[in-house]
Amino acid sequence: MSATETTETTETTDTGATGVGANPVDPGGSARADAAVDLGVLDGALDRLTGDESVLRMSETEAEERSGYQPPTDEGVGERMIMNMGPQHPSTHGVLRLVLELDGELITRSKPVIGYLHTGMEKTGEQLTYLQGPTNVTRMDYAAPLFNELVFSLATEELLGIEVPERAQWIRMLMCELNRLTSHMLFMATNGMDLGAVGMMLYGWREREEFLRFLEMVTGLRMNHNYIRPGGVAADLPDGWREHLGSLLDVLPDRLEEFDVLMTGQPIWRERLQGVGVLTAEEAISLGATGPLLRSTGYAWDLRRDMPYLRYDEVDFDVIVGSYGDSFDRYAIRLAEIRESIRIIRQCMDKMPPGDYRIQDKKVTPPPRARIDESMEALIHHFKIFTEGFKVPEGEVYVAVENPRGELGCYLVSDGSSHPVRMHIRGPSFVNLQTLPHLMKDSLLADTVAIVSSVDPIMGDVDR
Amino acid sequence: MAPAAAAPDGAVGQDGPDAAPADVEMMFGVPLTHSRGQVVLHPGRDGYVDLVRDLRTAGYWMCVDLCAVDYLGHDGERALPPGVAAERFEVVTNFLNQTDRSRVRVRVQVPADDPTLPTLFVLHPGVQNHERETFDLFGIRFDGHPDMTRILLPDDWEGHPLRKDDHLGRIPVQFKGAPSAR
Repeated sequence: MSATETTETTETTDTGATGVGANPVDPGGSARADAAVDLGVLDGALDRLTGDESVLRMSETEAEERSGYQPPTDEGVGERMIMNMGPQHPSTHGVLRLVLELDGELITRSKPVIGYLHTGMEKTGEQLTYLQGPTNVTRMDYAAPLFNELVFSLATEELLGIEVPERAQWIRMLMCELNRLTSHMLFMATNGMDLGAVGMMLYGWREREEFLRFLEMVTGLRMNHNYIRPGGVAADLPDGWREHLGSLLDVLPDRLEEFDVLMTGQPIWRERLQGVGVLTAEEAISLGATGPLLRSTGYAWDLRRDMPYLRYDEVDFDVIVGSYGDSFDRYAIRLAEIRESIRIIRQCMDKMPPGDYRIQDKKVTPPPRARIDESMEALIHHFKIFTEGFKVPEGEVYVAVENPRGELGCYLVSDGSSHPVRMHIRGPSFVNLQTLPHLMKDSLLADTVAIVSSVDPIMGDVDR
Repeated sequence: MAPAAAAPDGAVGQDGPDAAPADVEMMFGVPLTHSRGQVVLHPGRDGYVDLVRDLRTAGYWMCVDLCAVDYLGHDGERALPPGVAAERFEVVTNFLNQTDRSRVRVRVQVPADDPTLPTLFVLHPGVQNHERETFDLFGIRFDGHPDMTRILLPDDWEGHPLRKDDHLGRIPVQFKGAPSAR
């Protein structure tokens, strides 16, 4: 791996997040200080990943039945123990169950068992109109709901062939970066709590709540906003948003310094995370892992920079990469990404253009409230949009955005009616979870919590 | 690094599933269409794994997504190239080339009377969850998958809910092991 040379750039390294560097934004060029990956390396990883050495292939029922002591086998496998961890374990962020095969205190093989939060949201999505769609998808990744709404709206707009006004795009960017920030704050809080830094839980929660209050001021809700909709956003930024947000951003860097004091530099924290749950770039790519999980391996891949959407090509930010692919890198990347999000938010505030916050297309967005009083047609359009929805031309499209956990994709198929034929969400947590058996291979049972936490799965996104 | 596979007449060709007419755009010997500016490939079931192998060699290292679509009751245009017969199911795979920053989508037709497809697990271990999910919700089997079990629903669930003819809203409660009240 040649990723170590990326560590010297930019200011993010000297804030204490050692081992993690930033890769300067370079939208056009190919000069990326990446981990060295080529097809040969990928093929090398393939044998390891497709074998049975780290993944326990066992059905849920079988895992229940065989739970407990396993005598040595004739093939030379020694004593093993099968243990079910979760789905009620406090560190599993909801309802993740892990079936672990143990050799003493070492994990030999494991398998995540999911589905406890499955509510058939993709099926529900087929019953809802495109305008109602965001209310459904926003409940998937509940820690980053605005991204779900964004990817669904972008896909719908791609099918409609419309482009939303500039102000709407900047508002979307602003809100999404705020959401990335709160999501990473949530990670800071829960990751700290999982590893015994209980004070961190309060700090992380405190900062997150401040920003959720701002989101509430704009969207009306702390979470599950239904704010980003096909055609734009639900409402313009309220009066006084700039002052409110500015005051929050002014205090945040100092608070992040406190995070560093509490965790980053602490020997116990480092002992607990460094070298734990190591992933290589080729493993991450083969397993489809994206987001901080992929970047921690030194592979600089961020859709915001590499395949820009909205106006990300007009803002300046760094893609944070790690060097060792361990849990500490993933922690440090998220901390540094909070700082990058602050940079982007400040640029959004500076560049926020005047104009409309949604497209004025009477087939897609409801007319302004004032028009309804004076125009019969406006009233009819309003009524039709909210009763039967708008029709979307036939076709299929896949759109992806970078959510705090990786690539969030939406595959939409339309038959020309006002309901999608198929609405599939590619959740990053769902895919990233597949790395768990490989991360936990030959690690201590006590490290399981640190590893699961560093992957940061949101079970609503996994199970949908 | 193999050169990008953007050239319509891919160098690593093998014969397509059907002898498509000459005016159809081809890539790796497979008919190609564009959907809203995105590249979509339409292999047959036999050429599916070979195509994915070619794509992987050409730099599409990451299989980002795999899902299925049930077209039962869909009577509109399906935007398939000539020579590709529409079937009830379609398995849709998305590949990402991180060097070129490009995407390719693969759509395979899967008939309702034999809903099986070879697995991509040997090339992209990351499709494991997606293929299990597709099996779970659509009942499409992936031959050669090491763990073809349900993933989201309980093991003893009956039916495949994302099929269009699954009984919507009339599903009997199927909680397993729930103790009776009396």
